[in-house]
Amino acid sequence: MRITCPHCGARDVQEFTYLGDASPSRPDGLEATEAAMFDYVYQRENPAGRHRELWYHGAGCHAWLTVTRDTRTHAIEAVEPTKRPKAGTAA
Amino acid sequence: MRYSIFSLAAQTLAGHRGWKPAWRDAAPKAEYDVLIIGGGGHGLATAHYLASRHGITNVAVIEKGYIGSGNVGRNTTIIRSNYLLPGNTPFYEHSLKLWEGLEQDINYNAMVSQRGVLNLYHSDAQRDAYARRGNAMRLAGVDADLLDREQVRAMVPFLNYETGRFPIQGGLLQKRGGSVRHDAVAWGYARAADQRGVDIVQNCEVTGLTIANGRITGVETSRGPIRAKKVALAVAGNSSRLAAMAGMRLPIETHVLQAFVSEGLKPVIDNVVTYGAGHFYISQSDKGGLVFGGDIDGYNSYAQRGNLPVIEDVMESAMGLWPGLGRIRMLRHWGGVMDMSMDGSPIIDHTPVDGLYLNAGWCYGGFKATPASGFCFAHLIARDEPHPVATAFRLDRFATGRVIDEKGAGAQPNLH
Ligand SMILES: Cc1cc2nc3c(=O)[nH]c(=O)nc-3n(C[C@H](O)[C@H](O)[C@H](O)COP(=O)(O)OP(=O)(O)OC[C@H]3O[C@@H](n4cnc5c(N)ncnc54)[C@H](O)[C@@H]3O)c2cc1C
Ligand SMILES: [Zn+2]
Repeated sequence: MRITCPHCGARDVQEFTYLGDASPSRPDGLEATEAAMFDYVYQRENPAGRHRELWYHGAGCHAWLTVTRDTRTHAIEAVEPTKRPKAGTAA
Repeated sequence: MRYSIFSLAAQTLAGHRGWKPAWRDAAPKAEYDVLIIGGGGHGLATAHYLASRHGITNVAVIEKGYIGSGNVGRNTTIIRSNYLLPGNTPFYEHSLKLWEGLEQDINYNAMVSQRGVLNLYHSDAQRDAYARRGNAMRLAGVDADLLDREQVRAMVPFLNYETGRFPIQGGLLQKRGGSVRHDAVAWGYARAADQRGVDIVQNCEVTGLTIANGRITGVETSRGPIRAKKVALAVAGNSSRLAAMAGMRLPIETHVLQAFVSEGLKPVIDNVVTYGAGHFYISQSDKGGLVFGGDIDGYNSYAQRGNLPVIEDVMESAMGLWPGLGRIRMLRHWGGVMDMSMDGSPIIDHTPVDGLYLNAGWCYGGFKATPASGFCFAHLIARDEPHPVATAFRLDRFATGRVIDEKGAGAQPNLH
């Protein structure tokens, strides 16, 4: 599997570290209910098919990338720089 | 037909022409008391224990492919009960005890081989962690022996003791651990359940769960609808997909794990050995192939095949531990998709839907759990209360903070 980094070009998957599903966003820690926090930390869609996920280009540009990939075939549809910060956004 | 030395002798004299299929390839009936979805080890074991221990025989196991096509036929066949945490230890020890009596119970040769599982350590800190684990095991009545370097060398002299980057200092040995022929587990449980009247329905994919007023009433399948009073999910890597049919999300990600077999060799390694400084473990099958594996690939996958970096990593670890392996050719490799839970431990519980039960989250270690998983799941389905050794495997433990995290890795499934 290769990931085409928008900054570095096509690179072997070994250069990247996987975090997981890109969709959960962290609720505001001071305002968040326990249920919302539980949902964010533990519950996942885990789809068989299209999955938007976070990868870190540790052996390259050090950017967080949002990769759209099919979990049934590993085919990558899109790779974008991750715009929003992972933590601290309102739920 | 009961299998025995006499049936074997009789068949030998008759030219082996009288053997019957080990189970019926049943067509689905319109209704069952209990429907088990997933004809892997756990689903088939559940059917056997429902029928044999609880007298519930109006049961079908619904499998989308053929039985044994999932992880039960893809794993590296290792069984052990060397767990640290209180929620896990009694459960896995119960499972090992069931393995010890399995072949008599189901009248099938599953080649249960207690050849010993040896976990190597390569640093003082790792030795201390293994000493702690061994002590926890012994306190729970499980066998464990902490070996030093010379004791390990006497057992497995061919490993690299001289030039390794991470020299072997010793190992934690569980003598009662070992390996079991995995297909025979699926076939043996299927045959035992079938003999008590359970229907094994193959090539039948569940495509929907029918729920009315918060209660399950049946399933939709590729071979038509089937009604059921109770429905039990045991679909391993596909757990999230089945749960989604009931509107649920689970604390699970599906990941791929690969395994490898070499060309056949004369007996070279007697035990199961795991490398403590990298991701590699190895044993030898009765056919002679070396069976080995390593880490999961580490990203969500339903593909049942992995990528090359893990293969390279496994081979590097292999060469680091046992340089002689470089002379051996790899014969084949494959992958299976696993239900990696958020704390690395399984779930055997009710769901919020009445009559719908969940067995999931086995990660890469559910083969050893097969007997106890079926035993405890059958208990839950039959009596609507958890079996005493499985009370910690609750679905709500993530919300209440009672996670069972052997590695202390947190809610990151690819690190467990
Ligand atoms: C490479 C590899 C090595 C492993 N090594 C070990 C090991 O050494 N020791 C150990 O303890 N564990 C090991 N495991 C883990 C172990 O194999 C699994 O945890 C265990 O087999 C899962 O339970 P099962 O046998 O019921 O799963 P499976 O055999 O996967 O059964 C689930 C079944 O559900 C069926 N199914 C899915 N969706 C549907 C549907 N919609 N309708 C009908 N049927 C459906 C599937 O076809 C499948 O047959 C390994 C796994 C892999 C992949
Ligand atoms: Zn980059």
